Amino acid sequence: MPENNFLVVEDSPTMRQLITFALKRIPGSKVVEANDGIDALKKLSTQKFDVILTDINMPIMDGLKLVSMVRNDPSLKSIPIIIITTEGAEEDRKRGLALGANAYIAKPIQTADLLNVVNQILQNKA
Amino acid sequence: MEKESGSLNRKVEEFLHIFKKGEEFTQELLRENEKLRYRVAQLEEMTKSTGREGNIKLNSLEERIALLEEENKSLLERFRQVEEENKDFASRYIEVEAENNNLANLYVASYQLHSTLDFNESLKIILEIVMNLIGAEEFSIMMLDERTNELSVVAQEGMGPEIHDPIKIGDGVIGEVVRAGEAYYREGDPTDLKGVDYAHPLVSIPLKIKEHVIGTIVIYKLLIQKTQFTNVDFELFSMLAGHAATALFSSKLYSQSERKLSTIQSFLDLLKEKQ
Repeated sequence: MPENNFLVVEDSPTMRQLITFALKRIPGSKVVEANDGIDALKKLSTQKFDVILTDINMPIMDGLKLVSMVRNDPSLKSIPIIIITTEGAEEDRKRGLALGANAYIAKPIQTADLLNVVNQILQNKA
Repeated sequence: MEKESGSLNRKVEEFLHIFKKGEEFTQELLRENEKLRYRVAQLEEMTKSTGREGNIKLNSLEERIALLEEENKSLLERFRQVEEENKDFASRYIEVEAENNNLANLYVASYQLHSTLDFNESLKIILEIVMNLIGAEEFSIMMLDERTNELSVVAQEGMGPEIHDPIKIGDGVIGEVVRAGEAYYREGDPTDLKGVDYAHPLVSIPLKIKEHVIGTIVIYKLLIQKTQFTNVDFELFSMLAGHAATALFSSKLYSQSERKLSTIQSFLDLLKEKQ
């Protein structure tokens, strides 16, 4: 069974738990949680991840800054990123994807939709 | 005379020779004829028997085709049934998935609500649930002051300062929800907004401990991508009515008891010092 390491970056414990809950349904998944962009970068420097799932509105460092930093780091830039946010307007979606996110999901999330996107990204990665 | 007799003998011999040859030839023709007749009889017999066998084989093949056609028909029928079952399973799978999603949301919301005894943290968790799981953009949590019978905003998201005025119990939609203890859902499309009307919210959920109302969660506007309330939203509203109320009530009591404990402790320390 292939091992899939996910990094969930979200300041809301409720959302972190809900996303982790959904990702645990993927066989061989391991989930690491981060509270904000800085916390995520620390974890990215010490562990390897297959997919990053990040919120946009977070304290200290927001999700868009995180996406931009990951995409500009040669050792991290190939990691797929999924943005999960309450910002559902089309211009927000375009901005997130333009920065280099692979997918954009607006909250409230549906577990099935999230898993579809994650599985699609894992298939493309393989 | 002798010469004539010799010539005649030769002619007779020649004739006899020719006659013999003719006889032999005729005999041979008769034999050949016999053989051909026999062969014709054989072939006729063979044709007759082959025709019979052919008929038998044809009948058997026709029976086999009929059987196979029957089998094919029954397989097609079975295939159709399996396809129906498959469709049924697929739709049930979607239902189970949706139910699973709903249960996960309810579990996480309930788990988080009871994960703290800090009043402000409880408020923050309720705001997170209403924003992230329900998809509200402008909403508030109002608590009832039992001494003044007034509702005041204790936490809010995305709202202007004008909604901070207290509301008397029984006044307007929100006051009535708290008085009656019944949830209010505005009729019509929740996204059909001509500006937010703070006097007529989309939803007002009474926070109840048994029949005792301690406040309300009021939603005025949904996120742009949230077009309608789903079943899980109503489940969440119902869950919030009870669980958010107990979480807020118990955390409030806990902070009050902590404060009292600290006061008593200071008092005891003072007494000890005097002794």
